[in-house]
Amino acid sequence: MTTVLSDQGATEVAGAHADGEALWLPAGEMEQATGWTMKPEGLCRGPVCVPVPAGDADAYLRDGEVNAAAFWRRLDKPVLASDQGDVWVLGEDAGARSAALESLEAPDFALPDLDGRVHTLSEHRGKKVLLATWASW
Amino acid sequence: MWQALSDELDDPDFIVIAVALDADAEAARPWIEQAAPRYPVPVDREHRLAELYNLVNVPQAVWIDEAGRIVRPPETAGAYESFRSMDLATRSVPEAEAAKSKAARQLYLRAIRDWVKHGAASRHVMTEDAARQRLPRPTAETALAHAHFRLARFLQGLGREDEARRHFAEASRLHPDSWAIWRQAAAKNDTGLAAGPEFWARVQALGDRRYYPPAEIDGMP
Repeated sequence: MTTVLSDQGATEVAGAHADGEALWLPAGEMEQATGWTMKPEGLCRGPVCVPVPAGDADAYLRDGEVNAAAFWRRLDKPVLASDQGDVWVLGEDAGARSAALESLEAPDFALPDLDGRVHTLSEHRGKKVLLATWASW
Repeated sequence: MWQALSDELDDPDFIVIAVALDADAEAARPWIEQAAPRYPVPVDREHRLAELYNLVNVPQAVWIDEAGRIVRPPETAGAYESFRSMDLATRSVPEAEAAKSKAARQLYLRAIRDWVKHGAASRHVMTEDAARQRLPRPTAETALAHAHFRLARFLQGLGREDEARRHFAEASRLHPDSWAIWRQAAAKNDTGLAAGPEFWARVQALGDRRYYPPAEIDGMP
C-alpha cells in the first residue's frame, strides 16, 4: 500500500507503483489522492489543465496509470518520497500558497480536537474569528 | 489567556479557535485540561496551519472577519521575549522585562476588544493593501520545508524515527526562521519544553532579531 500526502489529506492508494522518481497511480485514484483529474486534455483541476508533454507521453502516462510525481514536478510543486517509496508527499508550491493568502480569503482547515471532533474555519462564517496558535513545546 | 477574554467579551459573534501545533496530542492534553476551554482547541499534529498561513512560531494569531477575510495577517499574539533576559541559574527575569511581557499581552487583548466592539471600524483592522503587504511570503524553500516536515511526521507515526529525523533536519535547514519546525523536532526536557542548550544557542544567534516580532500595535514592546 502506498500513502500519498497532499492537500487532500493522507490517501492510501491501492495499486500504486513507485519506481525511482516515478509514482504511478491508477488514473481513477488521481482525484482522491491529489485533487487533480486525468482528462483527455491533460491533468486538470477546475479550469486549469496541464497537457501531457508531446513526445514525452510515456513518462507521464501508461496503460491506465498516471505518473503523479512527474506531473507534480512539471507543476513546480514539491515531491518527496520515503526511502522505501511507500510514502509520498505531493506538496503545494510557494506561488499557490502566496496566491491563496493574497486573496485574503482565510484558508480553511479541518482539524480534530482531543475528543476527535473536527473543527473547521468555515463553520464559523458570520463570526469574527481569532485564529490563534499555541503549543506544549 | 483566551478563556478570560472570551468570557469577558461574551459575544456570540466572536470566537477564539486556539490551534495546538503539537505532534503529540497527549503532550497538549494536560494544557487543554487545565485551561478547560469552552472554545475549540483543535490539535494540528502535522502543523498544517503553519503551512497554510505561513506561521513560524507560537503564539501567533490571525484575525478573520465575518466574511472569512483576513483583516490582520499572522503576527505575534500578545507575547514578548522577556525570557531572553532570564538568568539561567536563578530562572529569574528582570522586573522591567517581565513588565514588558505583561504589557504586550494587555495591549494585544485591548486591540482584540476594540475589534470585537467596533468591527471593521476598529483602528486595528487593516486595509486590504496593508494586510497584503504584511503577509509572510512563502518561498520555494519554505514550501519544500513543509513537505519534508509532513513526511517526517508521517514516518514518525510509522515508527521510522531515523528517517523522520533526516526530514525534520532538512525542513529546519530549508526554513531556519521557523521555531515551530525546529522546536517540534528538538529534544524536550522533562517538562516537555525544547529549551535545552541548543535552543538557547539558537536564541543567542538571533542577535538583534526578535524571537517574537512585535505586532503592529501602538506601544507594543
